[in-house]
Amino acid sequence: MRLELAGVTKRFGSLVANDHVDLTVEAGEIHCLLGENGAGKSTLMNVLFGLQRADEGEIRVDGAPVRFADPGDAIAHGIGMVHQHFMLVPVFTAADNVVLGFEPTRSGGFLDREKAREDIRRLSSEFGLEVDPDAVVEDLPVGLQQRVEILKALHRDANLLILDEPTAVLTPQETESLFAIMRGLKETGRSILFITHKLKEVLAVADRITVMRLGRVVGTTTPAGSGEHVLASMMVGRDVELVVHKDDAQPGSPVLQLEGLTVTDERGVTVIDAVDLEVRAGEIVALAGVQGNGQTELAEALLGLTQPSSGRILLDGKDITRATPREALRAGIAYIPEDRQAEGLVLDMSIADNLVLDVHDRPPFAHRGARDLTAVRESGEHKLQEFDIRARSAEVPVGTLSGGNQQKVVVARELSRPVRLLVASQPTRGLDVGSIEYVHRRIVEERDKGVAVLLVSSELDEILALGDRVAVMYRGAIVGVVPPTTGRDRIGLMMAGAGVPA
Amino acid sequence: MSTTEAPAPAPAPSTSRQPGRAERIARRVTEANLAVVTVLAVVLGLFVGAILIVVTTGQSFGGVGRAYGALFAGSIFSPSAVGHAISTGHGWSAAFTPLSETFVAATPLIFAGLGVAVGFSTGVFNIGGQGQVIAGAICATYVGFGVDLPVWIHLPLVVAAGAAGGAVAGFIPGLLKARTGAHEVIVTIMLNYVFLYLLSYLLVTAPLQQPGQSNSISRTVPQSGRLPHLFSGGLRVNGGFLLALAAVAGVWWLMQRSTLGFRFRVIGSNPLAGRAAGMDAKMATILVLTLSGALVGLAGMSTLAGTDFFLSTGYGGANGFNAITVALLGRNKPQGVLLGALLFGALTAGGRYMQAHTGVPFDLTAVIQAVIVFFVATPALVQEIFRLRSAPGEKKILLFTKGWAG
Ligand SMILES: Nc1ncnc2c1ncn2[C@@H]1O[C@H](COP(=O)(O)OP(=O)(O)OP(=O)(O)O)[C@@H](O)[C@H]1O
Ligand SMILES: [Mg+2]
Repeated sequence: MRLELAGVTKRFGSLVANDHVDLTVEAGEIHCLLGENGAGKSTLMNVLFGLQRADEGEIRVDGAPVRFADPGDAIAHGIGMVHQHFMLVPVFTAADNVVLGFEPTRSGGFLDREKAREDIRRLSSEFGLEVDPDAVVEDLPVGLQQRVEILKALHRDANLLILDEPTAVLTPQETESLFAIMRGLKETGRSILFITHKLKEVLAVADRITVMRLGRVVGTTTPAGSGEHVLASMMVGRDVELVVHKDDAQPGSPVLQLEGLTVTDERGVTVIDAVDLEVRAGEIVALAGVQGNGQTELAEALLGLTQPSSGRILLDGKDITRATPREALRAGIAYIPEDRQAEGLVLDMSIADNLVLDVHDRPPFAHRGARDLTAVRESGEHKLQEFDIRARSAEVPVGTLSGGNQQKVVVARELSRPVRLLVASQPTRGLDVGSIEYVHRRIVEERDKGVAVLLVSSELDEILALGDRVAVMYRGAIVGVVPPTTGRDRIGLMMAGAGVPA
Repeated sequence: MSTTEAPAPAPAPSTSRQPGRAERIARRVTEANLAVVTVLAVVLGLFVGAILIVVTTGQSFGGVGRAYGALFAGSIFSPSAVGHAISTGHGWSAAFTPLSETFVAATPLIFAGLGVAVGFSTGVFNIGGQGQVIAGAICATYVGFGVDLPVWIHLPLVVAAGAAGGAVAGFIPGLLKARTGAHEVIVTIMLNYVFLYLLSYLLVTAPLQQPGQSNSISRTVPQSGRLPHLFSGGLRVNGGFLLALAAVAGVWWLMQRSTLGFRFRVIGSNPLAGRAAGMDAKMATILVLTLSGALVGLAGMSTLAGTDFFLSTGYGGANGFNAITVALLGRNKPQGVLLGALLFGALTAGGRYMQAHTGVPFDLTAVIQAVIVFFVATPALVQEIFRLRSAPGEKKILLFTKGWAG
């Protein structure tokens, strides 16, 4: 199907999120939508999917104008959407989620589970999307949850699939298989609208690329007609440094020391296996590894969110193995959690409140149990400027921000107080190239101030760009610590479980 | 949730058209903000009540007018009584009796509604109002008749005892939830029965039982333990109402201005984020249930030391349940709870008057209350009935987005 958007405008109060946007997606095309954080990409997709109503403009499907009052209308016209933040019922099985809202029924109105399972198996094999229909969604890794979302759209006969930052949470392998799926869908004549911040991906998979800035379309191009630098400067409106400039580290005394740290989860599985690791003042240790090999659990254990079953955690020589999160924070740890919405933010509270979450009870933000709202607001406005968070004011709920700007709020908060150790889990997830440049620079600045940095990332590029040393994790254990100059392939092998290079 | 726009410079380049002032006001009214929905729910409640009056009593719509006239006269003021007071200069207390009765009925609902609301906004469902009201009233009664002190020390002790009784009744489920994960809904409901039967037992044993009585009636609180009337001339409105107003202000300050209240709200909204920011969710659960219980306990104290002065079987339990409704109506905001409690107080006071003067049964007010709550709890329905537009930024108005499981 051929989709046209003509002059679509969407306002939130005085803010124009989409300003007369024109966009055409041809049948059998993978169309990439690129743009800064807050450029209006998700908003445009929400309008297209009937989640929000445009103030002006027209949507045409195969030349005929259509109006979508709700997602039901959009689905009826063959549009499917996989959201930036998934919309699955965590306690339902994959099959139940896929058929939700369009359940096959037997006579008498009973749910036909067997038919649902069959539908999924058929779709799975047709498009190469392997998912166990009976798996409970909350037990699945994100990559598979995403497949469930895609299956859901295909089950409703989507001819145009909207994928809003699908790769932000995927491992490189998962990304590769997603691309294979996308190409397969394209072969069948389906169109895909694909949003991402990763320029390499755009160049690899797109047929055409539309770039947005400040709510407007600034241009349409093709991978052949552009390169990473061209796309980056189209997006941001200035030249962007795609490489991080940093001097050699000047490591000082050890700040974080892990001695035989072992963590078992509630099912009794050892998720961190006798880890020894040292992070010194003024250096960045990058923790590489395929997602799900214990990086998350390690970060959580450092912060006291989970209790280790054995081993020790030392911060500046002090034993904090049994510290509560509050004690860990007070001892000088900053923590950027990997899932901003689940652990980082209180979505219905203001940006200003979210920026002081961890220091809300300390001067200048509170005196003897009473909050100083003026101080909170002023500091919020200040941080908005400093970190280039795109929002109307610091008083708006953080949930109304674009995904990347939400991430900036978390980063801004954690870099706002003096710390000894910064634990950063996927700190640039969902950020545009300009913001990534900024956050990377800030992390290096922290290092140069003498902070010890433990960076957890599933982006090998980020690991190699920022890390002074690279520790590779596999199945809960550290298989080796190597310099970042070690080749990509070598580190890739280690991530798959191979030992340290001789 | 405010819908006002800050004039801050937007990142978006242009604003092509600003709506005019009149248009903005018209929009404000038709936008389904929460206050409008609540007012409309009250209108719907009265409308359903009118239909019921016509259907069940066979009266005409004139009868509805008389019944609602009586409802008003019994809860706000009666024009004839006021006219009489103005022309003769006498009978002022009769003119103010309806308002006084409304305030008296609202007082326990304010306390208990606040208690429930504080819990709700922290993500804790305190369904134990009945038990906590009783616990507060029992303790207040003991201190009331048990000690012989001058009023300036006796009365504060009675008040404190009421709060303490409720606090203990709230602390127990709080501790159980924090330590064992026992769900507070189950535990508080069970505790309702514990306190209900504890009261029944105490009422037939010394020293609580009124000596020389075989009925289940407690000893009476002497004058020095009673909340003083605010006016002379027989108006029943008493110091409890002022305390309740102070509690409204106190809870507002706690939730909006204090660091503790901030933690409560964070944990109510996203406990994981709270934990990662170093907040102690378990401690907050214990604290908030204790505080919630204390406020509900004050409800029991306020009726006991304000108007009743002795306990009987099942004392004051209804206030514990209605508190949940009031909190819902007030959307867990202290100001909202105050308004909700005044509305319910007015319906109660007016309902009694209506029954006495027009024969329309008092129970009608319960139906009106139920309809109001029904429509407040389902704003989407009200929106649909009155064809309101959604306020910007809100996809749907949801009240308790948190489920009960968890
Ligand atoms: N419900 C809302 N209420 C108010 N403003 C909103 C709302 N939704 C989005 N916005 C604003 O609209 C603008 C565009 O947001 P949008 O989510 O479309 O950005 P995006 O291009 O998807 O960014 P990102 O790459 O960070 O996900 C932002 O400034 C955002 O704050
Ligand atoms: Mg987005």
